Amino acid sequence: MMVEKKKTRTTTIPTATLPDVAFLLLLFFLVTTTIDVDKGLSLVLPPKGETKEVSKKNILNILINAEGKVMVDDAEMEISMLKTVIQNKIAENPNIILSVKTDANTSYRDYIRVLDQLKQANAKKISIAEPEKS
Amino acid sequence: MKFSKKNKAEAVIPTASLPDLVFLLIIFFMVSSVFKEFRGIPVRLPSAKQIEKLPGKRNVAYIYANERDLISIDDRFVDLKEISKIMYAKCTDPLVPLRVVSLRIDERANMSFVSKIQEELRVAGGAALNVNYSTKTASQ
Repeated sequence: MMVEKKKTRTTTIPTATLPDVAFLLLLFFLVTTTIDVDKGLSLVLPPKGETKEVSKKNILNILINAEGKVMVDDAEMEISMLKTVIQNKIAENPNIILSVKTDANTSYRDYIRVLDQLKQANAKKISIAEPEKS
Repeated sequence: MKFSKKNKAEAVIPTASLPDLVFLLIIFFMVSSVFKEFRGIPVRLPSAKQIEKLPGKRNVAYIYANERDLISIDDRFVDLKEISKIMYAKCTDPLVPLRVVSLRIDERANMSFVSKIQEELRVAGGAALNVNYSTKTASQ
């Protein structure tokens, strides 16, 4: 009896199209990825119950009313002017604390606009007073 | 006059490692991509210029609030009084400790409402004091 010699078969998986598949996947992820970073204005709130005595000359009051009008130390001004005014005040007195006080009905949008101006003026000491009940 | 024939050099770029490269890129994008998850209520954010980026997404708590005084945290409507409790729990979470609270408040909301939220965060204390007023980038 003769033993038949088995033929050795070589099986190959064609890998020529592998890059194509991989590129397809890559494109899918490239298109669907949204690297969206959250951004905004940062602020650190004071802990509850912490009060500090501050002398009056170191405080600059910034008042925003319900109509979005801004008053800095008894002088009414445009929100867009705030940046230069605050910069000058900080240059005069680096220890100045900016106290932002709003009306209960002031819109959040106006508040953010003012805060943005203060941040642009590089103000570090910002205090948020409780809104006044109208 | 005779010109010597130039040797033709064959230039081939080896493409054997191309799949490896591409797979590496895929893996990078698979790992880094975050499918946009929207957990909250639709709000119209205000815009600002002097903005800062938030450090990642993992350690950030989002508080959504709209102009009708509705508050949503983690896809759930919450009462104003619950904020401090929730935030305190997030601060003390050993796995993902809170670092920043992102306030996504509608620009039409009024300040008495915003102030109440801030008061609640002050009660929670700790990392809940680091707030970030979420805004859009203002066009220059």
